[in-house]
Amino acid sequence: MSRELNLTLQIWRQEGPHDDGHFETYAATGISEDMSFLEMLDIVNEGLIQDGNVPIEFDHDCREGICGTCSLMINGQAHGQEKATTTCQLHMRKFNDGDTIVVEPFRARAFPVVRDLVVDRSAFDRIIEAGGYISVNTGAASDANLTPVPKEASDTSFDAAACIGCGACVAACPNSAAQLFTSAKLAHLNLIPQGQPQRFERTESMVETMESFFGSCTNHGECHEACPKEISLDFIAFMNRDYVKAKVKNRKLAGQT
Amino acid sequence: MAAPATSPPGSTPIFRRKWQLPFPLNIYQSSIGRKWVMALTGIGLLGFVVVHMIGNLHIYEGPVQSHEYAESLRSLGGGLMPRTFLLWVLRLGLAGMFVLHIHSAYSLKERSRKASDKADFIGGEKKYHSKRDYVAANYASRTMRWTGPIILLYLLFHLADLTWGWWLGDNYVLGDPYHNVVASLSNLPVAIIYVVANVALVIHIFHGTWSLFQSLGINNPKYNELRRTLAKLVAGVILVGNLSFPVLVQTGLIDDDNRTCDVGDVTCLEHQAEKH
Amino acid sequence: MAVLDSKIPEGAIEDKWENHKFSVKLVNPNNKRRFEIIVIGTGLAGASAAASLSELGYRVKVFTFHDSPRRAHSIAAQGGINAAKNYTNDGDSVHRLFYDTVKGGDYRSREANVHRLAEVSVNIIDQAAAQGVPFAREYGGMLDNRSFGGAQVSRTFYARGQTGQQLLLGAYQALAKQVAVGNVELHTRTELLDVVLKDGRACGVVTRDLVSGEVSSHSSHAVVLATGGYGNVYYLSTNAMACNVTAAWRAHRKGAYFANACYTQIHPTCIPASDEFQSKLTLMSESLRNDGRIWVPDAFDEERPPDQIPESDRDYYLERKYPAFGNLVPRDVASRNSKTVVDQGKGVGPIKNGVYLDFGAVIERDGEDVVRSKYGNLFDMYERITGENPYKVPMRIYPATHYTMGGTWVDYNLMTTIPGCYAIGEANFSDHGANRLGASALMQGLADGYFVLPYTIGDDLAGRLGEAPVPTDDPVFVEAEAAVTSQVDRFMSIGGTRSVDWFHRELGKIVWDYIGMERTKEGLEKALAEIPALEEEFWKDLCLPGSAATLNSGLEKAGRVADFFELAKLMARDALDREESCGGHFRAEHQTEEGEAKRDDENFAHVAAWEWNGPGSVQTRHQEELTFENVALTQRSYK
Repeated sequence: MSRELNLTLQIWRQEGPHDDGHFETYAATGISEDMSFLEMLDIVNEGLIQDGNVPIEFDHDCREGICGTCSLMINGQAHGQEKATTTCQLHMRKFNDGDTIVVEPFRARAFPVVRDLVVDRSAFDRIIEAGGYISVNTGAASDANLTPVPKEASDTSFDAAACIGCGACVAACPNSAAQLFTSAKLAHLNLIPQGQPQRFERTESMVETMESFFGSCTNHGECHEACPKEISLDFIAFMNRDYVKAKVKNRKLAGQT
Repeated sequence: MAAPATSPPGSTPIFRRKWQLPFPLNIYQSSIGRKWVMALTGIGLLGFVVVHMIGNLHIYEGPVQSHEYAESLRSLGGGLMPRTFLLWVLRLGLAGMFVLHIHSAYSLKERSRKASDKADFIGGEKKYHSKRDYVAANYASRTMRWTGPIILLYLLFHLADLTWGWWLGDNYVLGDPYHNVVASLSNLPVAIIYVVANVALVIHIFHGTWSLFQSLGINNPKYNELRRTLAKLVAGVILVGNLSFPVLVQTGLIDDDNRTCDVGDVTCLEHQAEKH
Repeated sequence: MAVLDSKIPEGAIEDKWENHKFSVKLVNPNNKRRFEIIVIGTGLAGASAAASLSELGYRVKVFTFHDSPRRAHSIAAQGGINAAKNYTNDGDSVHRLFYDTVKGGDYRSREANVHRLAEVSVNIIDQAAAQGVPFAREYGGMLDNRSFGGAQVSRTFYARGQTGQQLLLGAYQALAKQVAVGNVELHTRTELLDVVLKDGRACGVVTRDLVSGEVSSHSSHAVVLATGGYGNVYYLSTNAMACNVTAAWRAHRKGAYFANACYTQIHPTCIPASDEFQSKLTLMSESLRNDGRIWVPDAFDEERPPDQIPESDRDYYLERKYPAFGNLVPRDVASRNSKTVVDQGKGVGPIKNGVYLDFGAVIERDGEDVVRSKYGNLFDMYERITGENPYKVPMRIYPATHYTMGGTWVDYNLMTTIPGCYAIGEANFSDHGANRLGASALMQGLADGYFVLPYTIGDDLAGRLGEAPVPTDDPVFVEAEAAVTSQVDRFMSIGGTRSVDWFHRELGKIVWDYIGMERTKEGLEKALAEIPALEEEFWKDLCLPGSAATLNSGLEKAGRVADFFELAKLMARDALDREESCGGHFRAEHQTEEGEAKRDDENFAHVAAWEWNGPGSVQTRHQEELTFENVALTQRSYK
């Protein structure tokens, strides 16, 4: 009933972070159009194992588009050509029989290849550690409804918090900049009342950590297009504004922020 | 901030700040600060381009008015300060903005290059093997790093041509800008250079005008579309204004015929301007 | 049973936790830094526990096999989190949440634990809101609530359909804060492969770095397992691909009793598998059943597309069998009935493995726009996965494993039967009894991590002040490392012909068929015969290309599947011995005349906790009797 596809895959293979990589060509035959892209890779791997070859390593976990583990540049597009879709939710019916598909890892200097298509995105964790939190120790919180949060602020904050930290923004960016990721976390916390006490300290620290790993934004907007959660470029503007504000306010004039 | 004992490979920063400069210079140390500087100097330079174009429209009034306009620039500030003093202040200010604009652009480009460096596909030529099918990035945004240098070269050419008169030689008349423009632009290769350079300028401005709002964080979902409209408007006006000069000279609609003062007779121009 | 001391405090149910908090021993704030605690897993329970313990001053090492703590599968929970806040003024209370949870768990949970869970539920919301979790709000800025999973009060807090994600990010950020100040040492892409004991106490773990393959030891005063459930034993489940039982199972093999393995929860509204190679099932919110009508064709060999099957040839079997509740019968009832009709051969779809969930009637009644506003994102998700437009064609659904109530046995302090080793969140068995209520998983994970373990862990540690952690060159570590390395070598050297996934798939089929929604004595005995045979083949015919010294996901999976084999046998035994039906455990022999689960409170109102007796031997079954002093035991009926 469902269509079957025969595809040619060009896949990046690389032993480890310090090895040279290369493309290998594989045939994927009899692929059902109802499969997800990752299930198609599972099939290819199954075939490789049958023949005693080393399967292709790729990152994946929840396979429902929320954990942010899966990555892949598919024909030059982060998470493939479907808008607002992660690779695990990309289905083969979006491809045509006989297609050649080029699969590469997300690339940036801060995302070294671990093996094959797996990259290390821990620089994102470093950015969060620099200030992507609200310092409230367990047990210190007062009743939740003592701090009303305007619905609009809460909703916009959520739009930013929807980021899954997959790194597609960096991968798609010609500058390997992480502005969209960082600004999303900043906007999530800086837009709501709970985030105000650390707002400017957080902004300064996270931006500077970001800049120590990633390139600089040139306002292309590729990140937004690649983002599976469609995080808005407006958050980048918001970050740019808050950063200079932070520089002005964080001048160690005790309490005068 | 103690690094975890087993740092994964991606955990090491690529860029480290050697020292922290005092406020407000430390703003310029950051990429976002540099984007601010680029945007603010961009606004200044854009202002110059617009004013320069509007001033040049005096050409259409004739040689006397063009002379009068040039003279008014030199005597800016009136009797309050020495002649050409304020003009030089503006010139130096523009030069300063130019230098900052270029430096911020160049250094950010370098940072981005390094951030993609080791990630380069085999030969180091590009980030990905497969053809990148840009979705959002338009021609203007991707060519900023090409249109920028073109504009710089053009600027030098333009100064040599009409401020210093290197190529016109004896035909260059200090104080008769109308003649100088006509003399220069009636040469077809020069006119082509002007057209090409101004197209580059307009492409640069098109992305720059939209982008500066983003860099400065001036945004509101309600008005975001207006930023594009404004960019198109500004770019369009400059395109029409600046291209009109070479086109009209080449088509002969502006020429040195029917002048009330002879070419080179600056005294006549001054005299007629006073009568105005 | 003397071996299972649940350490439930004295006093009235409302006072037990308060009394206990006062009576547990405390560790002086200055001394906390002299204790090392290892936390395995960074989901809601692990991240919240690691953050909270390090805020108290303990030195914490946390391990995750993910590349970042933020990826743990708690992130996929959609619906919400319960809390007895009574913000909606509709009569909720700690006692009502407690009562509903015990009843929902089909009277197989520990009253004292559940009451504590209900008590601390209110603190979780406060904590999460203060962390900036963007819960849904009303226009006045106050938190919004909804009713969930058939609860009669609105006590569920939610953040669009991504509550789990937002709560996990809150806990992850709290953890990141502690990593930044240097109180937590974070190890990513590192998997636990053994729990190490010295003189009967947990003294550390052996881990394998998934990137370099390096096997190393870490010692500590306490080990906390926050490693989630074992739903992936079914191969196809709504769990993430990497979810596994290995940490809990390694602890079990070292002496931690494993309890109620047969309690697994099946979610009725998942998208059916499209073919053999489907890797996981996607859950859709149960709210769909509010408006959708479930049916299958009357005929066994129906070939017509659904829109050409007239009403007279359709069987709305839930509406027919349960006129009062219709399509809204509880999860397990809906699931079992789906299985019955599909097993009869009335299944729909290309491989006849689903039932229709039809929105035709409601679209006709209310219009497409109303349906879109209610379920738009779910319909989009369905269309993305199946390529079918549910506004035009009925959805196809089928049940899938979703959550496991069973797990490592713990006492009131959340300590396992290994002193110094704790299990929190889905990894333990404690709070949901035989069935978990909707929106209670997030609640339990965070309750354990934020508000229970940080108190109770001190009770054991306080007495051990001055004890240095066992050095990692101690023979116990050396032996454990050698065992792990030899297991890895053994996998690599089998040199067979079949992939790990093949074995996992085959195992999953057995477990699903015989230890799934409906169990029978014959089926379970069959499972107990087939699983060991497959397991034997696994150890002979596994094919594992590549090297153990680099990232090798096949090797990771091999270890996990090996543990799933052992677990599956225990599940079958546990299900076989529990001669009753309750919650997620349905024995076909024990049902009412209407086909309802029939409990046997007289003989089975207890927790079955299994003690490891070494490989190849059957575990010993221990019982912890459950007493119900505050909730009267009743039988459900949905007619």
